[in-house]
Amino acid sequence: MTTRIVELRRGILKKNDELAAGLRASYAAAGVLVLNLVSSPGTGKTAFLERTLRELKARGARVAALVGDLETDNDARRLAASGAPVRQINTHGICHLDAEMIGRHLDGWDGVTLGGLDYLFIENVGNLVCPSSYDLGEKIRVALLSVTEGEDKPLKYPTLFNSADAAVITKMDIAEPCGFDRELALRNINEIRPGIRIFETSAKTGAGMEEWLGYLAEARSVRNG
Amino acid sequence: MHELSIVSSVVESVTESLGAYPGAKVLEVRLRVGALASVVVESLEFCWGIAAEGTPLEGSQLVVQVLPVVVHCEACGIDSELEGVQSFRCTRCGELCGEIRQGRELEIESFEIDEVEETA
Repeated sequence: MTTRIVELRRGILKKNDELAAGLRASYAAAGVLVLNLVSSPGTGKTAFLERTLRELKARGARVAALVGDLETDNDARRLAASGAPVRQINTHGICHLDAEMIGRHLDGWDGVTLGGLDYLFIENVGNLVCPSSYDLGEKIRVALLSVTEGEDKPLKYPTLFNSADAAVITKMDIAEPCGFDRELALRNINEIRPGIRIFETSAKTGAGMEEWLGYLAEARSVRNG
Repeated sequence: MHELSIVSSVVESVTESLGAYPGAKVLEVRLRVGALASVVVESLEFCWGIAAEGTPLEGSQLVVQVLPVVVHCEACGIDSELEGVQSFRCTRCGELCGEIRQGRELEIESFEIDEVEETA
């Protein structure tokens, strides 16, 4: 018996990483800012995104969204009410979006090209674990957390929060009846991802949206940064 | 719970590399997984047998080396190895550190094969 050790030193998700690098280059060439929104199911990603799309459109920005779910096109229909082009990605049981799914759904999207967009939002499958491993070529990964979920969510799911570029707290309008401890939540997010920008928002009242939209405009003006 | 797709990618990668060693039997595959990689080692091991079945990797051993998080402190200029993933502070000065130097790895390090002896 002759045994031999073969060094491979290869990323397990190399294929996804390569596809994501290709997407990132095409987003940059088209000058579109791409964001990947990640949270648990029920955090209010869709309501937050719906308001974001509506407000950006009202300011004359060209926006579109890809939305991932295991099944149904309910979220795409909700988001389409904003007037922005929206395409549903059904993963049929897969717990995350990957770069291949994004590429496939950008192709042949009726009337939508990257070059014709200022912002593209990707609403990931509701899951705080698996999406953190899959790069979609986005420039900004946004981790969302609602006031109903408990202030220690960032500590329970550190891998996702640590990989985020911005954090959004949703449903701030019901923070008080929920007994939400704002200071503690901010501290926990900062403990896991020091220095991260945090937005405290309500899709219902519009609280915090100005600051969030300002951040988006600023991020877009820093081209290929 | 994407561990099955992760180990399936490993099986695929190793199988591809086996082209250079016809007839070889795989004994062991070594992975390096960071503490921030979002995968559960026990689930990887559990899924390994299922993913390897019917491939040249069937019966092989999966060995996972878990890499702790290492952060870099700007103020002290040193790297700190952390015990967990609940707090990202410099072990010397206690300040929060945003720069991760290790902990996100998800890679195949190597695999061990039993080569077929050439018979004259």
